[in-house]
Amino acid sequence: MKVGIALQCSYLESIIMELYEGPLDVKEIFGRWLDEEANSNYGAYIPFVGTIRAEDGIEALSFDIYEPALKQWFDAWQERAKARGAVVRMAHAIGDVPVHTSSYVSAVFSPKRRVALELIEAFVEDFKANAPIWKYDVKNGERIYAEDRSTPMDGAGLLLTDGQKSEE
Amino acid sequence: MVKVEFLGPIDKAPVEMEASTLADVAAKLKEDQSLVSWLEKCAVALNDTMVNDLNTPLKEGDRISILPPVCGG
Repeated sequence: MKVGIALQCSYLESIIMELYEGPLDVKEIFGRWLDEEANSNYGAYIPFVGTIRAEDGIEALSFDIYEPALKQWFDAWQERAKARGAVVRMAHAIGDVPVHTSSYVSAVFSPKRRVALELIEAFVEDFKANAPIWKYDVKNGERIYAEDRSTPMDGAGLLLTDGQKSEE
Repeated sequence: MVKVEFLGPIDKAPVEMEASTLADVAAKLKEDQSLVSWLEKCAVALNDTMVNDLNTPLKEGDRISILPPVCGG
């Protein structure tokens, strides 16, 4: 398997958000995370792997990332996890990722399983809804924005409001 | 002058404009017919931080990012 090269990292008390050009080396990443937390006394380690499925004739998916906002999103999640004694980890691909390879992995470490089970669901779901990443289908070498699977971020439509935003 | 950049799939080059609040930016962008269908679905960041208030004041050199619907993973 092609080994990705870590392009960018963000640090929050040594917790790294990892971005790679092309598909992720899942075994390397999960193995390394396991090693790094080997002596942290976490009782639970719950990984999630997102794999590109072959459907609708795609060859690959492709991704653009707005890195500064993704880093802020990740750091905010790290704080939420820390408040519960846990740690979140994630890695994502940039550019083309062929079918049957991985574009996204994440994990939660926590002292006991309940926190990790709850956090992995909330973390992955919020990632899908609010991480500033754009997905494209790749067909015949052409990138096509996956508009129908994309979600407007929290606060979308701001520029078309009348200037009297509610306080909700 | 502030700079407005369009991220992800919005196929548009950055534009510079005079604006003292985000509402000024909104008014100018709404004049561009090619953007109107995007704007209702787009969130906004100011200097890489998400913002949610049209009254947000702007200063010289600020960078506004227009973020269309996302789908990571």
